[in-house]
Amino acid sequence: MTHHIVEVKEVEYSYPDTTPALNDISFRIVHGESVAIVGANGAGKSTLLLHLNGYLAPAKGEIRIGDFPLTKETLHSVRRTVGMVFQDPDDQLFMPTVFDDVAFGPLNLGLPTEEVSRRVEEALSTVGALHLKGRPPYKLSRGEKKAVAIATVLSMSPDILVMDEPTSDLDPRARRKLIDLLKGFEHTKIIATHDLDMVLDLCERTIVISEGRVTADGPTNLIFQDEGLLARSRLEKPLRMQGCPVCGPTQSSSGVKATT
Amino acid sequence: MKIGSSLFDLGRLDRISNQETAIHGLDPRVKVLVTLVFIVAVVSFGKHEVSGLMPFFIYPAVLIALADIPLGYLFRKILIVSPFALMIGLFNPFLDREIIINLGPVAISGGWVSYISIMLRFALTVGAALILIACTGFNAICHALERMGAPRVFVVQLLFVYRYLFVLTEEASRMVRARALRSFPGKGTGMRVFGYLVGHLLLRTLDRAQRIHLAMLSRGFDGEIRILRPMRFGIRDLAFLFGWSGLIVAMRLYDVTGLLGNLVTGGAG
Repeated sequence: MTHHIVEVKEVEYSYPDTTPALNDISFRIVHGESVAIVGANGAGKSTLLLHLNGYLAPAKGEIRIGDFPLTKETLHSVRRTVGMVFQDPDDQLFMPTVFDDVAFGPLNLGLPTEEVSRRVEEALSTVGALHLKGRPPYKLSRGEKKAVAIATVLSMSPDILVMDEPTSDLDPRARRKLIDLLKGFEHTKIIATHDLDMVLDLCERTIVISEGRVTADGPTNLIFQDEGLLARSRLEKPLRMQGCPVCGPTQSSSGVKATT
Repeated sequence: MKIGSSLFDLGRLDRISNQETAIHGLDPRVKVLVTLVFIVAVVSFGKHEVSGLMPFFIYPAVLIALADIPLGYLFRKILIVSPFALMIGLFNPFLDREIIINLGPVAISGGWVSYISIMLRFALTVGAALILIACTGFNAICHALERMGAPRVFVVQLLFVYRYLFVLTEEASRMVRARALRSFPGKGTGMRVFGYLVGHLLLRTLDRAQRIHLAMLSRGFDGEIRILRPMRFGIRDLAFLFGWSGLIVAMRLYDVTGLLGNLVTGGAG
């Protein structure tokens, strides 16, 4: 078995209009790790993700997925290894029905028909969306779309899952369901997000990015307690780690409220 | 508002196409073929033909009944596109004034006859196409076309148009709503703003196209779209294909109206 390592070494990238986006980014994510990539809007999170499956090529530096460096020759095997879930599921679900969409990747891998059907059923039942099989994507709710978008990637049985804002636009219940689902996965996970409470639930490690640089990389618990660092990166503590507005800063006020 | 309601209507056509009737259950390919035969037969009549077209109404009538398609809905849909046909034939009555039929005191010119013929053909062909969609579904038609050898690029294009039509109309109606809420009589509703709106929509569409392409690439897209959709061709499909094609060709070759007329008048006399 190969080790599902993602290694990014001194990667730099500028957009064609010469806006610098990534500046000397380095990290190493090992097999089975669950890592959050957090940062302000425009910090470079999405640009970084696009490098991980070879859509963008770094101007400088190297990216290694598993045992291969990411080059034109290894592009196909890397894209099979790295399953990417996009923020807007409408971008990801482009086929006429849910089934066709989940089958898209496996069919492109050239798998035999029975294997494709088996994988589609498996991926859909993993995300609890098997009953949506025959439906066209535009008839699904946002939460259903997100679940199916994940299934489209699972059906290729990737080793590494890369997700951009998986919980955005979801109602609290759908968000909770998604978090529980992701918790059950044994893949190496890389999640770019603003939902720091989800990070608390899912990721033991957090990489903070600010203006195209890694400003912190370490255990989630430690990073979220460093208020100075969070403020500098235009972030805030997860809501769960902040004071409760109802129970208030002091214990007595809540007691008073309860008796009246 | 307008955009939203026509989108809703499209959704209805989609829902009708998901019904389960004997007609819906047929192989999409035979329905596409029969519709093609039907349209070619109807269009191939001479320009003054009216009576010969009449028997052809049996095909839409039978399908509407068997496939349980709401007649009023279909009629409204045909009406929406009818201005095109009305305009095409508009000048016929003025250009062709030669009298070709005398109904007692009423003389009917060739122009009027050909105008009526155009309208009949329009109703028949557009009706048949709508019925095809209503009892097959747009996606299934695309697959059928692809199976029968239509160019892949063309079919994929159609599929994408249909998939993103819903996304695009939703986006457009959100933009129109946003404008409506911030514009007041005389200000904000002109052509200039409309131009910005359309331009903006185009840019957004290009952006989205790029993101979709990216999503396809990351799932191993190599220029070919593969679809797993077994199509079964059974006895019933065969019967539908040959039954209708036979009848349609017969109605084209023989003057069914005349024969029926002779039969009735012959019987009476």
